[in-house]
Amino acid sequence: MPSATLSPIDLKNLTRDMRVDIIRMIEAAGNGHPGGSLSVIDLLTVLYWKFLKHDPARPDWDQRDRFILSKGHACPALYAVMAHRGYFPKSELMSLRKLGSPLQGHPDRLRLPGIEFSTGSLGQGLSVGVGMALAAKMDKKDWKTYVVLGDGEMQEGQCWEAFMSAPKFKLDNLVAIVDFNNGQIDGPVKEIMDLEPLADKLRAFNWDVQAIDGHDLAAIEKALTNAQRHEGRPHAIVAKTVKGKGVSFMENNIAWHGNAPKKEDADKAVQEILNA
Amino acid sequence: MPKATRESFGEAILEIAEKNPDLVVLDADLSKSTMTQNFMKKYPARHVEVGIAEQNMIGIAAGLALSGKIPVLASFACFVTGRLETIRVSAAYNQTNMKIVGTHAGIGIGEDGTSQMGLEDISAMRALPHMTVLQPADDAETKQAVRWMIEHKGPVYIRLTRQKMPDVHGAEYRWSLGKIDVVWQPKTAPAKLQATIIASGGPVPCAVEAAKSLESKGFAVRVANASSLAPFDSAAIARFAADSQRLVTIEDHNVNGGLGSAVCEALAESGRACPVVRVGLREFGESATPEQLYEKYGLAAPSIAEACLKNLPSGL
Repeated sequence: MPSATLSPIDLKNLTRDMRVDIIRMIEAAGNGHPGGSLSVIDLLTVLYWKFLKHDPARPDWDQRDRFILSKGHACPALYAVMAHRGYFPKSELMSLRKLGSPLQGHPDRLRLPGIEFSTGSLGQGLSVGVGMALAAKMDKKDWKTYVVLGDGEMQEGQCWEAFMSAPKFKLDNLVAIVDFNNGQIDGPVKEIMDLEPLADKLRAFNWDVQAIDGHDLAAIEKALTNAQRHEGRPHAIVAKTVKGKGVSFMENNIAWHGNAPKKEDADKAVQEILNA
Repeated sequence: MPKATRESFGEAILEIAEKNPDLVVLDADLSKSTMTQNFMKKYPARHVEVGIAEQNMIGIAAGLALSGKIPVLASFACFVTGRLETIRVSAAYNQTNMKIVGTHAGIGIGEDGTSQMGLEDISAMRALPHMTVLQPADDAETKQAVRWMIEHKGPVYIRLTRQKMPDVHGAEYRWSLGKIDVVWQPKTAPAKLQATIIASGGPVPCAVEAAKSLESKGFAVRVANASSLAPFDSAAIARFAADSQRLVTIEDHNVNGGLGSAVCEALAESGRACPVVRVGLREFGESATPEQLYEKYGLAAPSIAEACLKNLPSGL
């Protein structure tokens, strides 16, 4: 269940601890995606501690809110969140990407209870979220569906099919959060295939849109609070983030999109996170 | 009475929907062609029209399935299976309980031409783990296969015809998953049959017609109907290889990856030796009447009969 009593300082400390986990688990795996994991962790933290109705002891509880990490490569962040929320022991984090581990390179719902949909092929998560939100509407259930997308991911055409469809079905129980870190493998999103003006585009698609700083925990909380409204329109939160946030040499450096830090860099990163 | 298998499907889901409130149907602007429109009229709250957006339809179906619904999504075989990677992840890898219906199979659609013809869909779907792949041949078989499909938990692809199909099964016929059934058995049984034809979907009645005409000329040819492409009845292929001089596969689909491939794979793995003649598409189709196209591409009865008799390239 949401832990509404958590203080802002507790939340901040959690994001710090989970940033360390992200670095350490990717270091241990020898590969993985630190940049996008560090950009999304603040969003996931507020969502999982303040809003998501869920029960780690009963991942299949039928009244739970649904969460899909459509940008599946950022799963180290999700795994850290799930471990800290009690879905599995924190010690398991170090099994990331190892043979037989439930912590696959991209989330796998059949290997890790609590994962709603196996992602990794970009562009598919929001459609699935639309289907889930639609099912809740059909059955008059009050659980919500949250989907986190990457900005680069939104270059996939299927995303726009999904964005077009949710307002038709009046899915005000659906929240799409865009982790807008302006980085993708081949370079800055702005240069590869610009998405701007993204918030305006989504407004034109008849979504209720909020643009926020995706590292400001209070702003995230406020935006998610606003997204609880039921006014017949789906909710989008365009969260401006920094790829690699919290580690100076990773920030906005595309080299850290899909590279694991070696011990020396990992130690340096952890020191920085802990001293911040 | 001859009936397109898409029509039989439309009737079957209407009937099942009455008893099964979890059944929902998704369309991408083709409900008039996929025969889901009667469902749409009767159960508007359980019908999801996504517009011309097959990828989104597949994803929405996955979300519905993961929330306890049994989504049946329908489009032309080529359009829906053309979104292979979406199906790979949203249906097969996630093992979502969605039922993918591909109508307008093969050159049998006729005049609309190649871009509307599903000709590679079976190969694509057969390559996916966890995907059941079905192609019923007539009304009775389609209705039973559709009923099974809705009961079954897991992704299914079912391939249906635009053209009307005469009955090849009697009233007593009971379809079962993964079984090849014999729809024509020659009256005389020599030590080795001239051939066993293994056909699927649209050309099955043509194969029966071919076997009948061959019988009148003194040749003993069996016709088997492969309605289940995955799982595939490998044991039946081994049996046919033991008592037939050759196996002839007939499909309104590309021979690569379709029924012809499935038969060759099963035969090779059985360790038996038997020549195989694969009849089907090796190219794209074109516009003409279905009858003209079946004639041109070797799926009409006379060319099937010829395939059963002609000298094999190897001289066997």
